[in-house]
Amino acid sequence: MINHNVDITVIGAGPAGLAAAVSASEHGAKNILIIDRNSWVGGILPQCIHDGFGVEETGRSMTGPEYADMYIYIVKKKNINILKETMVLRIDRDKKITVVNKDGLHNIKTKCIILAMGCREKTRWSALIPGDRPSGIYTAGVAQALINLYNIMPGRNVVILGSGDIGLIMARRLKFEGANVLGVIEILAYASGLPRNVVQCLDDYDIPLFLNHTITYIKGKERIESVTIAQIDKKMNIISGTEKEIKCDTLLLSLGLIPENELSKDVGIIIDKITGGPIVNQNLETSFSGVFACGNCLQVYDTVDSLSINAKHAGKNAANYKKKKVNHKLNVIPGKGIRYVIPQMITEPGKIRFTLRVEKPKLKTSIHFIIGSKEIFKKKLPYINPANMIEIYVDISKDLIKSNKILEVALFD
Amino acid sequence: MKKFHVAIIGGGVIGSSIAWYLSKYKLDVAVFEAGSDVASGASKANSGVIHSGINSPPSSLKAHFCAEGNKMFSALANRLGFSLTWVGKHIIAKNEKEVKELERLKKVGKKNKVPNLEIIDGKEVKKKEPNVPCVAALWVPTAGIIQPYEFTIALAENAAINNVKFLLETKVVGLKKEKNSFFIKTNKGNFLANTVINAAGVNCREIVNMLEKPDFFVFPCRGEYLVLDKTYSNLVNSMIYPVPQKELGVLGIHITPTIEGNILLGPSAEFIENINDRSTTRNMMETLLFEAKKILPGLPDKAVIKAYSGIRCKLASPAEGGWADYIVEESKQTPGFINLLGIESPGITAAPAIAKEVTKMLSKSVDLKTKTDFKIRKKKKRFSQMNSKERSDLIKKDKRWGRIICRCEHVTEAEVIDAFSNPIGAQTISAAKYRCRVGLGRCQGGFCTQHIVRILEKEFKTDIKKMKLKSPNSYLFFSRTREKKND
Repeated sequence: MINHNVDITVIGAGPAGLAAAVSASEHGAKNILIIDRNSWVGGILPQCIHDGFGVEETGRSMTGPEYADMYIYIVKKKNINILKETMVLRIDRDKKITVVNKDGLHNIKTKCIILAMGCREKTRWSALIPGDRPSGIYTAGVAQALINLYNIMPGRNVVILGSGDIGLIMARRLKFEGANVLGVIEILAYASGLPRNVVQCLDDYDIPLFLNHTITYIKGKERIESVTIAQIDKKMNIISGTEKEIKCDTLLLSLGLIPENELSKDVGIIIDKITGGPIVNQNLETSFSGVFACGNCLQVYDTVDSLSINAKHAGKNAANYKKKKVNHKLNVIPGKGIRYVIPQMITEPGKIRFTLRVEKPKLKTSIHFIIGSKEIFKKKLPYINPANMIEIYVDISKDLIKSNKILEVALFD
Repeated sequence: MKKFHVAIIGGGVIGSSIAWYLSKYKLDVAVFEAGSDVASGASKANSGVIHSGINSPPSSLKAHFCAEGNKMFSALANRLGFSLTWVGKHIIAKNEKEVKELERLKKVGKKNKVPNLEIIDGKEVKKKEPNVPCVAALWVPTAGIIQPYEFTIALAENAAINNVKFLLETKVVGLKKEKNSFFIKTNKGNFLANTVINAAGVNCREIVNMLEKPDFFVFPCRGEYLVLDKTYSNLVNSMIYPVPQKELGVLGIHITPTIEGNILLGPSAEFIENINDRSTTRNMMETLLFEAKKILPGLPDKAVIKAYSGIRCKLASPAEGGWADYIVEESKQTPGFINLLGIESPGITAAPAIAKEVTKMLSKSVDLKTKTDFKIRKKKKRFSQMNSKERSDLIKKDKRWGRIICRCEHVTEAEVIDAFSNPIGAQTISAAKYRCRVGLGRCQGGFCTQHIVRILEKEFKTDIKKMKLKSPNSYLFFSRTREKKND
């Protein structure tokens, strides 16, 4: 057993882990250790070779690898240690972390933990798509890794199910590599990825987007041969007679992302059923004192920029962490038209950064923060869309927290 | 032309069991398997239950082989190193009418010499199974669970190291009896054998048809399953069955815990036209969840990580209904041709007993001489099951034990390489999956696929264009990016 004694352990060297570690270091933390499963640093970024990363944060548009390098450079300069190809096996209640790598098993004693494990892609079975089980079905992220990291072409005639951002990006990427992208199928009435990606990845390349459609059958005993798509009604039922078979040799799935929290669950951290990430307070601290969460394991972000900004917040708070007794708290809940709000509780006053998503796209609406019958904040929004995370800063006073009431965030027309 | 003493057609649990039993003797044995690995058919896609024998009609071959097989399993598991747990089974009654059915089943069980059967009331059941409401249940302690593919693979690999030839992706397309031997035509060339054993599962009639006119039909009956995430493993502690539906000749949709902690829901029972139609359907997936919730009201909605189906080889037509017995016999018309027909549930349980019987049948015409150098390949302990010391010691010896490839199931690089180095030469992604569990977890290969591909390329020098998912033509990739076509 190899022993380590550190102040802050960051689990995951993707963008969230790197940003959190850099920020913790900038705020005075000395002994920081980042752990990652992969043989590289940067998480998913090295396979995201398209640009658009960093615009919001730095004003400069970078590719994924460039954006990762920006942080890796600082991490190196600050002498933050990284254990690569290292898997966390468990976290104990006394914050002891057991990890394994080619040197053997390690025990890490740490004061604080920052969870930055990222997320995983939903599979065919999370949507229970019926039919045969042939080869040639990949999640969009796996296909992206195959093409961009390993120069492997998964197929030639491709259908994409789900209009999440990775699916849209992959539609364009496959087109660049000479594949026929036969269409993107989306069950909702609107694309689930960012509007700019619909324009830049589909419209610009004449790739059809089938809204209100789903796949009703996958055919192919060995390699996939076709998919049957059909229109669905408002109640999500298939409209019979609208079925259409599309011959293809590859199906990519872009059905959404699930925060990776097996480690968090195992150590008893409370998980929000909607976000799939830990319930956190204004410091992004979980129900386990001294354990912070950031990045896509907290909630799935739209852009790396807003992810990094939030992760830095977690890093800073971990650097300043002191165990405190919580006497009062304000619970935050999503109200009408809101899917979720983070943080889910507030224990200290100040200007709080709320991130939230709405349930449906809507024009001209306003968002209201209400405690009991008292409105403490409101903001008009010209257009809202579930694909775009909303960020709002609201001042929360000491008195409000002391009231031990519930803060509801809701939409009004 | 290569000549074998015995040719076994089919590398399912029956064919592999026979192969292993025969590998103890000085014989040239070959297994002809059309798929890319053993256990490619029903042997992989079932509940993995070691049945007690309670459900089979008394004095049937099913009851006989099931009871015999059941008694053999503990010793087999020890010997071959596959996992087996006697979790027991509760057959639950939802009303008084069904309680009567439990009493009838208990009587059948007694006739079949199933020990320690007990009818317990709902309150007692609740103590053992807090999530299962019922009026009463028949408790069957002698029912167990295994991973059916693990068992079949253990049999086949042990047969292989004792010189049984496994001819994978080798489909028998013709059989002819010539004087004292059989001429076997396959897609990979022709062979001769003194004895042919038909263990082709759902394709058994097709094989019979190559030699004689079959006097039976196969009615393929598909069973679909759903696999739940390990997070929900504590929903049940034992197998939970409804009272069986007699008309269909199946046991009904039940809840089966697995050794790995996943729970299986299923199987459905649906007669289908096409013997190879192993699809899963929206209707059945919804039905499975609906029926399972009747047994387990607390079942969460989003727990499914995978669906699959298998085909039962039924000899009783849907019109007749019910069960037809197994056929285990040497053909009278074609001596040397041994048929194992209609081996549906409880086929896994019956397999070792059937293999023993087939060995006995062979001993009448062949002098079976025992090998002196018979070897056992015991399954290695998995990294995920080891303690810290075992893990540290292995990593010190070989760094590849410290590199986790599959994050969901904690499978190391050393284990993936070992899986691909199996003695029968199965090289598909599924072959590794069923040997070391790489890619069997909740992300279903989302993270490990790229690493498996890298291992196949680096360690096994496999061309990416030749990599397959699970069957002879299930190719994974088309080419390198921007690779020029050779026109």
